[in-house]
Amino acid sequence: MAQKPQTLFEKIWDRHVVVEEPDCPAVLYIDLHLVHEVTSPQAFQALRDRGIKLRQPSRTVATIDHSVPTTDRSLPIADAMAAKQIRQMETNCREFGVPLYGLDSPHQGIVHVIGPELGLTQPGMTIVCGDSHTATHGAFGALAFGVGTTEVEHVLATQCLLQRKPQTFEVRVDGQLHPGVTAKDIILALIAQIGVGGGVGSVLEYTGSTIRSLSMEARMTVCNMSIEAGSKAGMISPDDTTFQYIAGREYAPQGAAWDKALSDWKKLPTDEGARFDRTVTLDAAKLEPMITYGTNPGMGVPISAPIPTPESMPDASSRNALLQALRYMDLAPGKPLLGHTVDVVFIGSCTNSRISDLRAAAEVLKGRKVNPKVRVLVVPGSQEIKRQAEREGLHSVFQAAGCEWREPGCSMCIAMNGDELKPGQYSVSTSNRNFEGRQGKGGRTFLASPLTAAASAIEGRVADVRRFL
Amino acid sequence: MEPFTRLTSRVVPLPNENVDTDQIVPARFLKVTDKAGMDQYLFCDWRFDAEGKPRPDFILNQPRAHGAKILLVGANFGTGSSREHAPWALVAFGFRALVGTTFADIFRNNSLKNGLLPVSISPADHAELLSRVEKDPDVEITIDLSSQTVTLPGGKTVSFPIDNFSKQCLLAGVDQLGYMLKQAAKISEYEASHPQPVKTISA
Repeated sequence: MAQKPQTLFEKIWDRHVVVEEPDCPAVLYIDLHLVHEVTSPQAFQALRDRGIKLRQPSRTVATIDHSVPTTDRSLPIADAMAAKQIRQMETNCREFGVPLYGLDSPHQGIVHVIGPELGLTQPGMTIVCGDSHTATHGAFGALAFGVGTTEVEHVLATQCLLQRKPQTFEVRVDGQLHPGVTAKDIILALIAQIGVGGGVGSVLEYTGSTIRSLSMEARMTVCNMSIEAGSKAGMISPDDTTFQYIAGREYAPQGAAWDKALSDWKKLPTDEGARFDRTVTLDAAKLEPMITYGTNPGMGVPISAPIPTPESMPDASSRNALLQALRYMDLAPGKPLLGHTVDVVFIGSCTNSRISDLRAAAEVLKGRKVNPKVRVLVVPGSQEIKRQAEREGLHSVFQAAGCEWREPGCSMCIAMNGDELKPGQYSVSTSNRNFEGRQGKGGRTFLASPLTAAASAIEGRVADVRRFL
Repeated sequence: MEPFTRLTSRVVPLPNENVDTDQIVPARFLKVTDKAGMDQYLFCDWRFDAEGKPRPDFILNQPRAHGAKILLVGANFGTGSSREHAPWALVAFGFRALVGTTFADIFRNNSLKNGLLPVSISPADHAELLSRVEKDPDVEITIDLSSQTVTLPGGKTVSFPIDNFSKQCLLAGVDQLGYMLKQAAKISEYEASHPQPVKTISA
């Protein structure tokens, strides 16, 4: 009898159920647990308090990314709390036997950047991290999602999680992207369409010709922001683009093991005829560069469009939300965002700090100067990306244009490390969240692509990059 | 974890939709390495002005918030970051239950693991409750976990969903790790029959 067609998600789920007792959630096995300094200390302490060992150190890997300064690493860390948290991570890793890509490692970087870079992220795996942007790894055809600190503790102790099966949600993107329109614009357009709660309870799978044509780095940008639509995870069925990216990386299988893995990975893509609980479609050819105007990532518009008006909102609650957002942002409804003054441009984060992002921004900035009123931070996602960019001379392009070229970390995406907006400042940021105060207390964020960020840096205003291409 | 059985309390309305965990606990307070004193960070940038003085117009600074154990929230409460500091702070402030229409997935999971009960009711019941609560700060509601019901002001009883496993854990006040540790033999069996795709420590 032919097997019922399955989605990528269902195949991975079925492979990882350890046990599912009646009236209980499934015990789901976790292949890879990524750990960082912010969401893990209380979990390690709980293990210590209960006298429990780490079950599988060799399925665990840690880095330091959130609290770390992006300035000269030879200097001591000025923030005493950050320094303490970082020391705690080092202590916990030593005590529990967790491999750590720490501050002195040539592979240090943002956890969602280094996992794929090292070849740790592979198709068919279950991957978790105490970090909502774990969805990034779904670009490889893995089931990857963020968890809280108690669940970090569960995985450290048992290498498993208690899980209820989420719904499946297909996001089909077809058509040719226009010049100046990127993966970031696809995901911002999707979130604007379905809303920040649109994916709650679901795992997204991105399908369609546009997704197939994207590089792995672009696919990671798309999957990264799945959580911004409220989704548990976002995934893309693996293909040759995926396999080529992984081949030869440090943790990638070699020789006969590679052949075996590859034949297994090729069984993973969603079967013809598999049913999703829900589907939405996007026409890539109709997309413009996107930008957010409000205080959640769903409040986005095409860059040439005006800020929505309260009258255009479907109900009182969203009208209130819009008015509250515009009050915080000090923006007027119905006015264009294009041309609005910008104080800071941030190019970085687990969404857009990879080498292709830096190349795209550098292409726009090459031979140009950033507006002298704008502070521009370029923060590579990892030491490896930083080295690669320097080999290509991108750092010289950025520095010649007047940008700061910094050390890897989460930086101004979460503003825990001293890289932050001042109250009232506006940024164009390639990161993933424009929540109130996300980039610094009182700071105001416009989310956009690296191309839009670079163009806005030059003009000192929100700019349409298509003028620069 | 303190058991959750039945709770009768006044209700604090905070009906904004899509309240993100960056508002519940701003990221700059995530440098802590323990859970102590989390209540001081709760909604910090909405509660306090630039000088650190309480903003009198914010609901948690008003007398009605004092001693109330139920927060009435808007749709998709807890969206964004996975930080468990958000439920830690809500619990530390004194809340034991949140009543809303929908909750963000990770936040909901985190809440259930900290004895903070997310209660989803219909938009119509939510709107009705909100209007009652906004008119009268002394209105109380009762949440009964065992029967999965909320008794609204006026006596109407509505039911809410919760998976039975989380419910039993909350009723007994036990955490979920105990159950998982009991599955050790099954986990070992799984590990023996499934090759490890990557080893982060080389043999």
